[in-house]
Amino acid sequence: MARRRVVITGVGMVTPLGNDVTSTWDGILAGKSGACPIDTFDASAFTTRFSASLKGFDPEPLLPAKDARKMDLFIQYGMVAGIQAMEDSGLPITEENAPRIGAAIGAGIGGIGSIEFGAATIASKGPRRISPFFVPGAIINMIAGNLSIKYGFKGPNISIVTACTTGTHNIGMAARLIQYGEADAMVAGGAEMACTPVGLGGFAAARALSTRNDDPQAASRPWDKDRDGFVLGDGAGVVVLEEYEMAKARGAKIYAELIGFGMSGDAYHMTSPPENGEGAAQSMENAIKDAQIDVADINYINAHGTSTPAGDIAECKAVKSVMGSAADKVAVSSTKSMIGHLLGAAGSVEAIFSVLAIRDQVAPPTINLDNPEEICDLNLVPHTAQEMPINAVLSNSFGFGGTNGSLIFRKV
Amino acid sequence: MSSIEERVKKIVAEQLGVKEEEVKNEASFVEDLGADSLDTVELVMALEEEFETEIPDDEAEKITTVQLAIDYVNSNLD
Repeated sequence: MARRRVVITGVGMVTPLGNDVTSTWDGILAGKSGACPIDTFDASAFTTRFSASLKGFDPEPLLPAKDARKMDLFIQYGMVAGIQAMEDSGLPITEENAPRIGAAIGAGIGGIGSIEFGAATIASKGPRRISPFFVPGAIINMIAGNLSIKYGFKGPNISIVTACTTGTHNIGMAARLIQYGEADAMVAGGAEMACTPVGLGGFAAARALSTRNDDPQAASRPWDKDRDGFVLGDGAGVVVLEEYEMAKARGAKIYAELIGFGMSGDAYHMTSPPENGEGAAQSMENAIKDAQIDVADINYINAHGTSTPAGDIAECKAVKSVMGSAADKVAVSSTKSMIGHLLGAAGSVEAIFSVLAIRDQVAPPTINLDNPEEICDLNLVPHTAQEMPINAVLSNSFGFGGTNGSLIFRKV
Repeated sequence: MSSIEERVKKIVAEQLGVKEEEVKNEASFVEDLGADSLDTVELVMALEEEFETEIPDDEAEKITTVQLAIDYVNSNLD
């Protein structure tokens, strides 16, 4: 039996550049940075005092304040992105199709802000003051859970948790569920809101973050010689995946087809990739094999590209080893130069950028790339977006623990 | 200082996300104001905080309407 085809029919996101897809994508193509000094708590004692957080986020009108109050911010972000994606897709939910529609949405960390607040409440007021909504308001699978309650999805309801590869793995595995026949449509993605005192402090202690406090907008500079770590980002990205024939039959708008998904494990170190990027390469190769395409067919790679000293080099080596002679032609950029690193939401937001690159035939830029590392001699789309024919795009995500994922999208 | 009735109604409105004018004395939290079991637990906690008291669980279970909440506070506070 031929494998069922999977297409993207709806997209939604909230990011440091805007609280919807259109405003974010406009910012991306204009090469804007979403990084700003932290004003949600006193960060003066931290080595990093800026982040790429949302501006003016209001869950209403998509998510009533009465419901939002019971949800950690990462859940609110995921809900708003999920509702946007559902509205964009126009997918009707009926008694008949509901058991065939599911959700796969995760987070890398989850409700860390709620956990901090809960711990502070216990310490200052005692255990009687912990809210009954503390647990359902903080745990990672509650975006998938709440969305299914809102829309009546009775199909698979899961949340894959793989650090910064979360969004990519949820989309990839959701697509597999559709291919396998377990579901006909899946709402998939990731969300994160880890810019809290403990979240920021933890990443800072791991020496993962840029400390360019005097110029936050220049801090995320993938592949640039002066990069010094990633910029912590918040937000969410959610897509609606549908079986192709069903989407076509209902006349859905189709952004792109998801033709390949690959995964791998580094088996190397808790937070660092192997220097030669072999885990990343394996993930990309698996996706290419799954897609049954030639490497030369890939026009654009949305890199993981976090702006860390080791990770950027390893990914470059991986791209060059996988692409071979096609490496000279492919455009490779990191949108994290603009929105920072959204952790569990990164892969899903970047998957959406990948399908929009196909829709608009434009490769987003890598901003702040003033002095690229010599070894990164690829078209890294420095500073400004490049219009070009884009038929297929590969998107990479790599996470702590050595967990890798790659998605390939193609024009329909 | 607001009356106990006003303070109770303000908390009910805030906790359950309804307008204060909807919070009638006879209104049931679950049937009229859309609360679920977790909402009612949190509502009792908010009343405890507002009136600086502890409401035992077996008493809390009996507080199912706005009037019962007002009555409880009136009879347990001086």
